[in-house]
Amino acid sequence: MVEKMDSLQHDVLIVGAGGAGLRAAIAVARDHPGTSVGLISKVYPMRSHTVSAEGGAAAVISASDSLDDHAYDTIAGSDWLADQDAVEVLVENAPDEMLQLEHWGCPWSRDADGHVSVRPFGGMKLERTWYAADKTGFHLLHTLFQTALKFDAIIRYDEWFVTSLIVADGRCQGVVAIDIRTGEMLSIGAKSVVLCTGGGGRVYPFTTNGNIKTGDGMALAYRAGVPLKDMEFVQYHPTGLPGTGILITEAARGEGGVLLNNEGRRYLQDYGLGQPLDLKDPDHPRKQTMELGPRDRLSQAFIKEREAGRTFEGADGDYVELDIRHLGEREIDRKIPMVRELAVRYVGIDPVHDPIPVRTVVHYMMGGIDTDIQGATSLPGLFAAGECACVSVNGANRLGSNSLTEILVFGARAAVAAADHARRVSPPSNQLLENSAGSEQSRLETTLLRKDATYETTFGIRSDLQDALEEGAGIFRDKTTLERACSKITSLKERYENLVLTDTSRTFNTELVTALELGAMLDIGEAIAHSALARTESRGSHQRTDHPDRDDPGFLKHSLAYRSEGNPTIDYKNVTITRWPPGERVYGGE
Amino acid sequence: MTRELTKPLPRNWWLKKAAYFRFMMRELTSVAVLAYTLLIVWTLGSAANSGGFSTLYAFLSTSLSVSLHVVILALALYHTGTWIALTPKVMVLWRDDERVDPDFIAGVTGISFLMITGATIWLVLM
Amino acid sequence: MGVSDRTVLEVYRYLPENQTEPTFQTYEIDSQDNWVVLDALNHIKAEIDSTLSFRWSCRMGVCGSCGMMVNGEPKLTCETFIRDYDTMTVRIEPLNHFPVIRDLVINMDDFMEKLPTVSPWLIPDQDKPLDEGEYLQTPGQVARYKRFSMCINCMLCYSACPVYGLDSSFTGPAALALAERYNLDSRDHGRKERAATVTAHEGIWECTYVGECTQVCPKDVDPAGAIQMLKLSYALDWAKSVVMPKRGRS
Repeated sequence: MVEKMDSLQHDVLIVGAGGAGLRAAIAVARDHPGTSVGLISKVYPMRSHTVSAEGGAAAVISASDSLDDHAYDTIAGSDWLADQDAVEVLVENAPDEMLQLEHWGCPWSRDADGHVSVRPFGGMKLERTWYAADKTGFHLLHTLFQTALKFDAIIRYDEWFVTSLIVADGRCQGVVAIDIRTGEMLSIGAKSVVLCTGGGGRVYPFTTNGNIKTGDGMALAYRAGVPLKDMEFVQYHPTGLPGTGILITEAARGEGGVLLNNEGRRYLQDYGLGQPLDLKDPDHPRKQTMELGPRDRLSQAFIKEREAGRTFEGADGDYVELDIRHLGEREIDRKIPMVRELAVRYVGIDPVHDPIPVRTVVHYMMGGIDTDIQGATSLPGLFAAGECACVSVNGANRLGSNSLTEILVFGARAAVAAADHARRVSPPSNQLLENSAGSEQSRLETTLLRKDATYETTFGIRSDLQDALEEGAGIFRDKTTLERACSKITSLKERYENLVLTDTSRTFNTELVTALELGAMLDIGEAIAHSALARTESRGSHQRTDHPDRDDPGFLKHSLAYRSEGNPTIDYKNVTITRWPPGERVYGGE
Repeated sequence: MTRELTKPLPRNWWLKKAAYFRFMMRELTSVAVLAYTLLIVWTLGSAANSGGFSTLYAFLSTSLSVSLHVVILALALYHTGTWIALTPKVMVLWRDDERVDPDFIAGVTGISFLMITGATIWLVLM
Repeated sequence: MGVSDRTVLEVYRYLPENQTEPTFQTYEIDSQDNWVVLDALNHIKAEIDSTLSFRWSCRMGVCGSCGMMVNGEPKLTCETFIRDYDTMTVRIEPLNHFPVIRDLVINMDDFMEKLPTVSPWLIPDQDKPLDEGEYLQTPGQVARYKRFSMCINCMLCYSACPVYGLDSSFTGPAALALAERYNLDSRDHGRKERAATVTAHEGIWECTYVGECTQVCPKDVDPAGAIQMLKLSYALDWAKSVVMPKRGRS
């Protein structure tokens, strides 16, 4: 894809080619003609993890809905930790972004009259989730990728791995990256860099996230001195398949699926999520009630049920049952065909005839690179959008179907800010680019690629990190578990210093890529554990058993983790409250 | 610099997989059907010119000719079958939101073929 | 964890820095009953041989990264269970018909370069401003093209296609199916624009309808059907232009 040049330079360089990155690239190419756009990704764009999103994307479209309702649901869902100005930007721009995708050819599911269909989703007061059956992320990503092919201005660097940001004169001026195919290390200069690298669910052992979700972009920013915000908030999805962690979409519940414990009881009624309606009741499923409660509350309920011995025991861990049989074969095949496909293939259960075993699984990171409402970070020239960023619209708990909306709205928005910034600054010097690549090359040669005996393995350190986080910073945590996780991660970082690769070849060295990813995972794992230890309250997905209540006077604040020698420094900044003062989260109409 | 490995397809690639072989047979049967058509046109033409239909009739009733025709018929039927199977791929019909079952389309095509063939035979034998 | 079983994996190895010819390396592993081929490869990479290179990500059959030849058939390895093979030995090779970069990693530049040539994006009649809302499209109109929009670009169809194997200038199944996906979309008016590539010699007419692309497609896209539909519709266009040369085609 890439013409080899003496020095690779772009006005705007986007790192990550998933939903946010592609949307950003199109925004620059279409709306800022003459701006050169680089789009660099460690995988081909259509492999990006956006592809795995299933249920849908939220945007107000029906006349009975309102932007304020969408904003309020999002803020209440976030346990009031979202910045309300950012949420307003999200909901205001959401409908246009969805329409834009429609105009680019996205195969949204339709009503009989030809209008786009919407479905209910957890924590949302009304049906406002646009969907393309249950492969919404797949269609969204491919629509964006195919649309991006139209623009010659977008130069792609497929399968290049960014190892560091080039920072000079107090601003970000590009990246150093390895062309994975050749092992060549090169600098790519840029006046603005936009990180769209996604989250890092792979720091946990059991996750819906694909192999590529290792938090690389978060770590790049963190190492460049940009704080990571609200990293203690990790979303567990209540319905993953045991064994693989493959996601069974919330749309299954949006369409009427129910959760049952081993007594056959719809146990969510015991957790302040309202009373169950009969499955034949025309009002079932009732919005913001029972199975349509928010993900944090549902996942916490699962753990409580397990503690009470009311979950099923399985070879791949305890589970509850998701029952969609009453929808019938026709409706299942029409609205949630992939649920059936995945259940049949991976657990050997046809949900038309049997309930699906499901359990909680790490799904999403609310936290990320601290950005302002334009997507700008504290480092001039560096921008971020999507799951790797924290604007913050998700606060302490993201509502399902807001993340696809977020990548579109803030992907486009960060791109505009990046293009504006690019017009105001000069390009990096060739000397700077040359030196950066050189020093990064020698850094690798004296660390991971040094010829030395191997004492540690990438995979060993990685699985220890995953266990440390699951045991210490899972759905429920306390001071003891978190302190243990923090100290384990410190020792893992020391072990990482001794890591030497077995594979020192240049061509498509996946062990090298995995080791570089592990470096990023250790950095964000450290930020998660330390941020969680410092927040002595419970809010949204962050549940401290030693501090079970929300503490607004003390912690209605975003945490900011700064990298430093030794442990990270944790600081705080205020949450932006515009029109919705903190209140109680009420689900189940009580 | 990376040297990538390319493995060209072997000449006998079509023997490596049953599906490839069936495809090759389909292509070869079309050659046979074409060759037979040309042969018929040529023999009929030359017979008509020389006025010697009786020689042709005599040849057609030999066991060699009969077995040749049985083989040709088999090849032609195989080729026809592949066309009937192909029809629903090209002819995608919709009844509102539901696609008309491809097997139904192939079935209708097959039955039509049998009826037309039957009618032709009946006409000839009359 | 399910029952474990002794499995032998014969894996294609090629590292251009050290080899001119590929070799097969044998790994003996205890594979679990619920393992897919990709799980076995990851087990090898983590526990036995970290130098083995292959691509993967979502492990749920939607990102399209992990296509390989398994016992001679193109498969998504994240959807292919080891227990489905009776033989104790399972042979893993890179996808056929593509240059091999290393081990199980193929070079798919060719497809990435061909894809834009079929204009796989919506070409509307005229640009519609966003404030006019969405294009209306009934569920039936969506159903017309939906199947062809399910392609994950996994390249299994290219590795099953002998036409592509013999002549890599062929545009190929996945790219042509995407052309038909947009041609069939009621919002699209780009059929004429796509004709140049689609009906070129390397396009639909190169396809001899072997049909294996459809057989191996893990997402039931039916590229072979799409190509035959393209042949028919462009042939009809041509016929109409001969019969009624004055009338513009839509």
